[in-house]
Amino acid sequence: MRSRRTTIFATVTLVLSMTVSVFLLRNIDRMRTDNTDEDVLYIDSPKLIRKASLGFDGLMACIYWTRAVQYFGARHFVRAQTYNELAPLLEITTALDPNLVPAYEFGASFLAPAPPEGAGEPKRAVQLMEYGIAHNPDNWRLYYNLGFVYYTELKDYKHASEIFERGSHTPNAHPAMKVLAARMAENGGDVTTARILWSATYQSSEDSYIRQNASAHLRAIQIDEDVTNLQNIVTTFANQNGRPPTSMWELAAAEHWTDVPADPGGVPYTLSLDGHVLVANPDDFPFITKGTPPGYEQGRPKFDKKAN
Amino acid sequence: MNARIGYIAHNTFREAVRDRVLYNLIAFALLISAAAILVGQISIDVERLVVINLGLTAVSLFGIVIAIFIGIGLVSKEIEKRTLYTVLSRPVRRWEFIVGKFCGLAGTLVVNTFFMAIGVFGSLVYVAHKFSRPDAWILVALYFIVLEFLIICSLSLLFSSFSSPLLSAVFAFSLFAIGSFANDLRGFARLTHGVARWFAIGSAYLVPNFSALNVVNVVAHQKPIAGQLILENTLYALLYTVGALSGAVLIFERRNLK
Repeated sequence: MRSRRTTIFATVTLVLSMTVSVFLLRNIDRMRTDNTDEDVLYIDSPKLIRKASLGFDGLMACIYWTRAVQYFGARHFVRAQTYNELAPLLEITTALDPNLVPAYEFGASFLAPAPPEGAGEPKRAVQLMEYGIAHNPDNWRLYYNLGFVYYTELKDYKHASEIFERGSHTPNAHPAMKVLAARMAENGGDVTTARILWSATYQSSEDSYIRQNASAHLRAIQIDEDVTNLQNIVTTFANQNGRPPTSMWELAAAEHWTDVPADPGGVPYTLSLDGHVLVANPDDFPFITKGTPPGYEQGRPKFDKKAN
Repeated sequence: MNARIGYIAHNTFREAVRDRVLYNLIAFALLISAAAILVGQISIDVERLVVINLGLTAVSLFGIVIAIFIGIGLVSKEIEKRTLYTVLSRPVRRWEFIVGKFCGLAGTLVVNTFFMAIGVFGSLVYVAHKFSRPDAWILVALYFIVLEFLIICSLSLLFSSFSSPLLSAVFAFSLFAIGSFANDLRGFARLTHGVARWFAIGSAYLVPNFSALNVVNVVAHQKPIAGQLILENTLYALLYTVGALSGAVLIFERRNLK
């Protein structure tokens, strides 16, 4: 009888103490949110980590790469303005395993864009990619990604052209590399070059996120081009009639079009009262630079992992 | 191999597989292989790499733990339980006892590695959905891991032939750690002069070179392993094992068991 009483008492005490401790801990976490979110990298020497891994540096590289992904994901989710530990994490990862190609490819795309989309460190992205190329000189994708950083973030078309040219000589290089090298040298900033670049990205990647990102950029290029052309037609209409068209239907009738022009999603473009061409659902098209209402702020692009 | 060594090896194997700790360690290694799938999913584009790296690392580290913890007790337990006197009172030579114990432990580790490897390949199939030709190199990495086990087994026996189980475990683990830095020891030797240089060179060649046997990351990247490396690593591991076993026999032959 006494033994049973002890069992019940111990069980109740155990459940109670554990439950209360969970609630307490949650409370403590709420009080110390700033501390838990701090950037912490206890050991930042790749050499030391390599030694400590007792020869299993490939595994350590995977662990540090996962840490980099998680760190970037967590900061990106809250639209952070600083990514202090990202570059050291990527440098440790690639020092531990210089053949870990995803760390260069994705790492550069984490580092290069301006905050909050990335760390805003394009020069470190270039250093990372150069290190990757030095250790994997036959991988054309690394040249492609480096050229991409020069093109999109640094707007350095001369260097982009040189890198695409170098990459075009690697085995199994994508045919677009030679075209990009030539176009960068002559027409670095034009729309056709951008279209070739994103098309090559779409065709050459098997990763669904990269393909969706490239597809979104291609749609955005198409919309920017459509809006520019339509806006010119609207201006001509306004000059001829002394007023802008009241709707897209009026413009279509005047231009003898069978239908009103539509965005890549099939939704017709609209006209504002003052004659500006607008995209009906700008949130569906991340990266567009034209066709948005005044004061419009673009949200974060949403990609579905399953969709391709 | 004479029959007496075979009997001792067989009994050592039977005794080892009865140990519940062994099953716990294997289960844990298999769990880590399965966990590699989850780790791969929270990362980007490295699922296959994580499965191979984490799986083979688990096989290697858990195998070494098993080799050391069983190896250090092989001689001392027999002395403690006084069963050694019964064995040696029969027409069994001391060297046969050591070699038999080694063979039994090596057999246990080969069987363990086989089961842990099934876990690694199972995880790999789950992640990649199929095997590709370069995945065959994983078998070479597993073979090298088994060679590591042979060296560690012989060292555990060597230490347990003259020392207590605790000290034997410390020595064996230390030698495993130092052996993983064997290449650094050579680099250190190049930086020193005089006596220190010769001491460093001697130490670098004396400790087992486990870094030469570690090709986990190479096969994870689907890179081939040269046939010559396989041959030379095999010879190196066998020679080192024979050397360590000879040392164990020499000490055990002279040990006063009264």
